[in-house]
Parts: sequence; C-alpha cells; structure tokens
Amino acid sequence: MNRIRPFDHLILILGTLFMCVPVLVAVMTSTHSAVDIHMNGLYLTPGDNAVETYQTVLTRQGGFTGQVTGMTMLMNSLILGVGFAVGKIVLSMAAAYALVYFRFRFATFLFWIIFTTLLLPLEVRIMPSYQVMSSLGLLNSYTGLIVPLLASATGTFYFRQFFKSVPDELLEAARIDGAGPWKFLWDVLIPLSKTMMAAIFIIMFVYGWNQYLWPMLMTTEERFFTLMRGIKQILQVWIGSQIPDYNEAFALAVLALLPPVIVVVVFQRWFIKGLTESDK
Amino acid sequence: MASITITDVSKTYPGAPAPSVTGINLSIRDGEFIVLVGPSGCGKSTLLRMVAGLEDISGGEVRIGDRVVNRLDPADRDIAMVFQNYALYPHMTVRENMAYGLKNRRTPKAEIETRVAEAARMLELGPYLDRKPRALSGGQRQRVAMGRAVVRQPSAFLFDEPLSNLDAKLRVTMRGEIRRLQKRLGTTALYVTHDQLEAMTLADRLVVLNGGRIEQVGAPLDIYHRPASTFVASFIGSPAMNLLDAGLEGARLRLGTSVIELGHLPAARGAVTLGIRAEDLTPAATGLPFRPDFIEELGAQRLVHGHIEGQPVVLALDPAVPVGSEMRLSVAAARLHLFDTTSGRRIATAARPGLAVTETA
Repeated sequence: MNRIRPFDHLILILGTLFMCVPVLVAVMTSTHSAVDIHMNGLYLTPGDNAVETYQTVLTRQGGFTGQVTGMTMLMNSLILGVGFAVGKIVLSMAAAYALVYFRFRFATFLFWIIFTTLLLPLEVRIMPSYQVMSSLGLLNSYTGLIVPLLASATGTFYFRQFFKSVPDELLEAARIDGAGPWKFLWDVLIPLSKTMMAAIFIIMFVYGWNQYLWPMLMTTEERFFTLMRGIKQILQVWIGSQIPDYNEAFALAVLALLPPVIVVVVFQRWFIKGLTESDK
Repeated sequence: MASITITDVSKTYPGAPAPSVTGINLSIRDGEFIVLVGPSGCGKSTLLRMVAGLEDISGGEVRIGDRVVNRLDPADRDIAMVFQNYALYPHMTVRENMAYGLKNRRTPKAEIETRVAEAARMLELGPYLDRKPRALSGGQRQRVAMGRAVVRQPSAFLFDEPLSNLDAKLRVTMRGEIRRLQKRLGTTALYVTHDQLEAMTLADRLVVLNGGRIEQVGAPLDIYHRPASTFVASFIGSPAMNLLDAGLEGARLRLGTSVIELGHLPAARGAVTLGIRAEDLTPAATGLPFRPDFIEELGAQRLVHGHIEGQPVVLALDPAVPVGSEMRLSVAAARLHLFDTTSGRRIATAARPGLAVTETA
C-alpha cells in the first residue's frame, strides 16, 4: 500500500511543473530589463531590475492623457472585483431568501426562470446592456461598470440550495424565540452561510477581476482602466525602433495575478474551516 | 402558567382530501403534564404545532389562559417549544442560544444573565455555557434546548418528541429530568411522543390519538386498565394486550372449544373481541389450553409466546414458573376486556371480583 511508485510521482511532478513554470517564468522575467529580454528571451533566474520595473509600472503616468498609473489600474480592478463579489452576494442572497422562505405563488417557476439565465453568457446581452447604460448616462462610471452584472443566477442557485438545507426547525425555533424575518436572516441565516459566502466571494471576485470585454465597452476614459486592459496597452506601444516594454508587461501580469491568489488563499481557509466545523 | 383549552379543533392541509386532525376537544388544567401519544401520522404533532402557532388552525379554537390564540404569532403565545432535533442555533454558544429569545423580547441584560445562570444550574449546564452546540453530546444538547425553554418562563412547554434522537439509556434519564423539572416549575406541559412507555411514565393524563381523532383521554393507569377501544388496548402497554376472537352466549364467553363464565350479563351478544393483558393470565390446574412456541427472556420476567385455541397469545410469567409443552391458564373475570368486533369500542362490563370459571368441552 505505502510503496512509493516512481512513475506516479513523475506524473505528479510533471503536472506541477506544467502549472507552475509559466508563472515562474513571468515572475523571473519581469525582474530583467526590456533590452535583456529582447536579446536573450525568457529568463528562469532572477535579474537585478526588479525594484525599478515594479516602481515604474505602479507609479508612471501612462496612456495618452497621462492620467493612469499602475496603482490606479490596480485600484480599478479591485473596485470591480470586490464590487462584483459583494454586490452579487447581497443580491443573490436576498433573492434566494425570498424564494425559499416567502410563500408566494410561482416561486418555483420564478426560480427556474432565473436558473435558465445561467445558460446565457454575458456576451449575449452585452449590446442591450450597453444600450441601457448609455441611455441612463452611466457610461464611464463605476456604477455602470458594476451594477448591470450584479444579478447572478449562479449565486441565487447556490444560496437557494443552501437555505433549503437549513432545517425547518431552526426557523420555527426562531419564530418561537420572537425573531421576525429580518432578525432570522441577520442572526441565523447569515452567520450560517459564512462558508457559502466565502465560496461565492472567491468565484465572483475572480470573475469580476478577469472582466475584459465589459470594461472595455463601458469605459472610454483612461482613469477607469483595469489591469487587464493595461497589460494589452503596453504591448501595443511599438513605435519605430523602440523595444516593447516586455518587463513591464510581465510585471503587470504578475500584479494582476496576486490579488486573486490572495483572495483564494485567505477565503479558502475560511471555506475549509467552515466545511469541517459546521454541523447543522 | 396557564390552562390550555382546545375546542373542536381541526386541520385540513390545502389540497388534502380529508382533514389530518378533526374534532379535537381537550381541556388542560394549569400545571398539568399532558402526553399526546399515537402511531406516526395520527396527527399528534400537527395538533401540537397548531397550539404552538407553527400551523394554521383550520377550524375550532385554541385558548392559552383566557386568550384565544388562533391568530397570534408563535412568539406572542407565551409558549416555549423543544424540538426533536433540538434546533439549537449552531453558530451561537450555549449561553447565546438560551438568551436569544429573551434578547428578542428586550429583557434587561442583568435579568437575562440571572435567568440563564439559574437555568444552567438547574440543568447542570454551567461548565458548557461558552461551548457551541456541536461540542456537546446529544443529551447535553437536549438539556440546552430545555434550558432555552425554561429561561423564557412561559405559560406552557410544548415538547415534540424530544427524546427520540437519544439512545435508550439516556432517554430514561432525560425522561426523569423532564418530569422533575416540570413538577418543580409547575408549568403546563404538552408532550408528543410515539413511545407508549414514555407516555405512560411522564403523563398526568394521556391523550391517545388515532387517525386524527382522540381515542381516549385519561390517567395512564386508567387507560391501561380500561382501554376504550381495541386500538388503545393494543397500543398502550408492552407486550400489547392479547386480542382474541370470541363469542358471547349470555353470560358465557365461548373461545373455540373453551367456555369462560363471566358471572354477569354483558350488554352485547354474538361475536366479540376478548382482550387479556399478558400478566393477567396465570398458570392453573384447569383452564384455557395454552401451547407455548418460544420464550423471550427479559430478566425480571419472561414472555411466553404461544397459542390458545389456535389464536396467538403472549404470556408474562415469573422466570421461576416452569413452562411445559402444554399449559392451562386461568384469568380473573374482572381482568377480561370485551370489545365490539366491528367498531372496536369497549363493551361495558359489570365485572365482579373472583376467578372466571373456565371449562373445556
């Protein structure tokens, strides 16, 4: 049983390398100067240009208007990611609460309508959404960026399934204890759904963070640029004999990578803790 | 503390063809311990939940004290309930669980603390006050659930099969604790169970339910000794009462080839159902012929399963009494129960003490 099988390990090690080496290459290469990279290609060893590159990326005024720095882009991406995640959790939790606990006709039918929208990707409704936001004058604003994407069938579905698994006796005990609908939601359901919220936060934060097409449509002003757009912007600058800033593109990619990793690591701990500790 | 009066209460679930509970009349005195007992699906939980306010009342009236509570929220009925699966809030400590109901009623903090401490002392939960429910055993969780009810100082306790999730030994201990607590606080209690032993030991009065109707109401021993129907006779008591097909011929009862002299004239004739408790049958020199099949040893007594005149009978005997391959049994006439064969209702007997004379033709 416990015999070490070299072949199994080989496969696992190869798999790990397959996943990790590209990230390592990106990190290492970003620490070299653009000229070195242009001459020698990618690096697997650290260089001496790290501090300078990252400083430039984070603080240099870039773009046509000179309004946008790496920091602004990072902030924009964070606002988008957190706004998405928090907004979606609040909204889908409220929807699921109504669907599960309020007795109204067609609740199941409504749920299935919401559920079927899961099948439609964002791109299908991107033009009408743009039209609506444009008529409301919400282009080039955080509201316009975040609000239209908040309704989440996935989140509603997850919360509904979770609420359904909460025993009815808990609701009845709360009713006898004099807790109304608000108090029950606030004092019992929300604390119980912490793990669910952590899971959905991970998914939705990454989803919001990785948005590319939507921010590009919604915002034309450079001060709303997100990291995803910044990376592309850098590589487009190829004027005359100028070498593209490979190092800066890599540095931005690494920066774009970090927050989702942090979110996953932090919330995953909660998530696992909740899974092992909770018993309803 | 208060009395509970249930008048002509019925419950019909939407879309159900027949009512689940119908025509329930019950008047519970202040401080009384009432147990609702019956097989699953008899409506006992529905009735309790209507009193609690967790189910709408389709017809009739429920009064707690002198208030009609039909339209009141559960929180305003001044009752506390203990659930089968405890229904403790998993994310709150024992202390918070007990205090939650009081907090929602805006009870002053100091008062909450005194009451929780008092309940914890009474239920020996002191060392566990800061633990979460998941760190407690089943019995401790059930005590917390009771504590949550006690701190509220309600007019009535409602118990919905609170001991069903515990193992047999703990169930006996907790049964005692519930009884002691209720006596000490003097709070009216309504208790639902499907376990007839639990019902017998706890109740001041038993309410036996069957098919959404009350079969019989009475003190445990009254019900045991004078069951109102074959249903009650077979449901209350372990082993179940022996029910045999017999024929009435005036004051004589014919059981296959055997005849029992009743010594009085019952108010019926023809085919009847004869009920005899397992412990009322005693071995004798003459009497009903009994053919044992097998023996269940219980320690203090043994249950002998066999047949009288081809009909299955259980006999409770002292382990010292030898069991032969064929025995004769006698029974006191006062211990015979007669039931109508079709309706299952009890037939009044003016039983006199003395042994029934049995003879075999």
